[in-house]
Amino acid sequence: MTDLSPEQGTEAARRRPRRWHILVFLAPAVIIYTAVMILPLIETLRQSLFNVVDGEHVFVGFANFATLFGDPRWASDFWNALGNNFVFFLIHMAVQNPIGVALAALLSLPGLRFAAFYRTAFFLPTLLSFVIVGFIWKLILSPIWGVAPWLMDLVGMKSLFGPWLGKPGSALITVSLVSVWQFIGIPMMLIYAALLNIPEEVIEAAEIDGITGWGQFFKIKLPLVLPAIGIISILTFVGNFNAFDLVYTMQGALAGPDKATDILGTFLYRTFFGFQLQLGDQSMGATIATIMFLIILTGVCIYLFGIQRRIRRYQF
Amino acid sequence: MYRTTLQGAMLASSILAGVGTAMAADVTLNIESWRNDDLQIWQEQIIPAFEAKHPGIKVTFSPSAPTEYTAALNAKLDAGSAGDLVACRPFDTSLQLFEKGKLEDLTGLEGMKNFSDVAKSAWTTDDGSKTFCVPMASVIHGFIYNKEAFEKVGAEVPKTVDQFFAVLDKLKEDGTYIPMAMGTKDMWEAATMGYQNIGPTYWKGEEGRKALIAGTQKLTDESWVEPYRVLAKWKPYLGDGFEAQTYPDSQNLFTLGRAAIYPAGSWEISLFNTAGLKLGAFPPPVAKDGDTCYISDHNDIAMGLNAASPHKEEAKVFLEWVASPEFASIYANALPGFFSLNSTAVDMSDPLAKEFVSWRETCEPTIRSTYQILSRGTPNLENETWTESANVINGTDTPEAAAKKLQDGLDSWYKPAK
Repeated sequence: MTDLSPEQGTEAARRRPRRWHILVFLAPAVIIYTAVMILPLIETLRQSLFNVVDGEHVFVGFANFATLFGDPRWASDFWNALGNNFVFFLIHMAVQNPIGVALAALLSLPGLRFAAFYRTAFFLPTLLSFVIVGFIWKLILSPIWGVAPWLMDLVGMKSLFGPWLGKPGSALITVSLVSVWQFIGIPMMLIYAALLNIPEEVIEAAEIDGITGWGQFFKIKLPLVLPAIGIISILTFVGNFNAFDLVYTMQGALAGPDKATDILGTFLYRTFFGFQLQLGDQSMGATIATIMFLIILTGVCIYLFGIQRRIRRYQF
Repeated sequence: MYRTTLQGAMLASSILAGVGTAMAADVTLNIESWRNDDLQIWQEQIIPAFEAKHPGIKVTFSPSAPTEYTAALNAKLDAGSAGDLVACRPFDTSLQLFEKGKLEDLTGLEGMKNFSDVAKSAWTTDDGSKTFCVPMASVIHGFIYNKEAFEKVGAEVPKTVDQFFAVLDKLKEDGTYIPMAMGTKDMWEAATMGYQNIGPTYWKGEEGRKALIAGTQKLTDESWVEPYRVLAKWKPYLGDGFEAQTYPDSQNLFTLGRAAIYPAGSWEISLFNTAGLKLGAFPPPVAKDGDTCYISDHNDIAMGLNAASPHKEEAKVFLEWVASPEFASIYANALPGFFSLNSTAVDMSDPLAKEFVSWRETCEPTIRSTYQILSRGTPNLENETWTESANVINGTDTPEAAAKKLQDGLDSWYKPAK
């Protein structure tokens, strides 16, 4: 834009003065984002190619990745964590998002009483800290002091209660559902906003054509909020594959029982920072972080290039 | 996301530590420790006793959660925000910090002569030339029991394994008490209070532990698998939903008087004393009456000097005091169950603590099998032992399968000197 020769430039500059304010206004965001996100990311990618050999920090190429995928122990830990992470993600997609859409649909019904109250109540857990959510649910589900066994006893279902957080078969599902409980507000709010955006005329036209109730929701409203659902899916994907806090507060860094709740985030934490007698291994930690980055990048790319372009948008 | 969270945590910790040191005109020493249970005792007894004699030096005790301590300390030391004094885990964890130059060499400290070589062994380099932490205390494993519960079912204190299970059967039949308070949720209870507690009896303490390091014994040998078989038999005597029972849950069940036997470490004594129950203790039962008993008398805690501390002189004054008989006496009595490693004999007033320490006379002491050398590599034997011990009790793995997993993990990196 400014690489014109001086003779040509003066004319252009007179007509269009340099807009320094753009740079000035962009600078804070660019500088902060670079310092706290981009540089660490590059540093992580770089560190995954280094390791300590005989006390020296040396370049090892892809040897760390070879260890992660080649060594049977590293590989089994990694695949276990990745598998658990997919289960974690699928439970969110299968439970959190449909319920979020349903809640939004109910909330947007005209004439619903106390809508503002419900909206706040459903959204409130999202504002709570992971530590509080983890702690509350650990207490609720505790077989010794918890209210869950007591409540189930009241309705005669005590026999169905189990120490869910302590059993390898149920721990991951339990933790996932707690996470769903916490984050249900986000899809609900986004869909709710999208539903409110649908113009009255469209709904009225549908009603004139005799489409009401369920049919109206599935044939008119749902297609119109599909882009929002797509956004929610990708947010859930990124959030789930970066998740760490809730598993850590509920199940500890070893992500027990028997690594049944180990997801990529806890696997990374244990490796990078160490745990109990295990000392942190920054090179392998960075390797795992790089793989996590690539997984998320792949997921986001598939969405952006594969799905988002095909979603039909309607202009009103 | 995880990236910013972690960095935020580090940043916050460094800011907090910075505030602590910058406040007073006096020199303030910060102590890093994993003993958050002891916060009150440090603030009310130990620190005032030191400050009274050393005006101009203030001490603050800032502990973190036990399981996070090592990771947090390493991160803080790397970031240069760690306290002046750091509690040292025994063996390799601290040794590695020393080798990286994070801990000061304390061999020349005057007070070091108050400790025997055995006491210093956990914080000395492999060749024995340098000591880098002042030994503070060891802990002994055993079982604490509720005397009322035993009276109610008419049980005698068990000496052998068979008697032990007979008592548990009686308690279970009676039904008033949960026979044994232990959970597997936190996993380390199963490993530390279970496997490392009863294990030495089977692998013959130091003999087995050294043989394991030398490579002449394997974790799949009978003497290492048998304790897992015994552990697996504990399952029916644990409380309802023990799979989700955490360590604090177990402590609470016992101090509320709802459980009869608690597989314990001696560090529990001060907490349990506050419950007002009549308590007794017995060492891990032996196979046949008259067999030698073995106890885990584990060098547990020491104090080192952060090599990057700006107040090294003052910190050394504090460490000299930690090495003194005066500190040993205050510490051992304020925290019954943490037995002083000081060569000067310490008079203890707590009956339960006396009971524990009396086993040193009759039983062969050893330290936890996984701590020295064997937890240097990946996978980490101690952490694997946590997972597998919990698995054995939960029934997820058979004792044999668990032992095989542990040995395979160890074999993958550990090559004993031939």
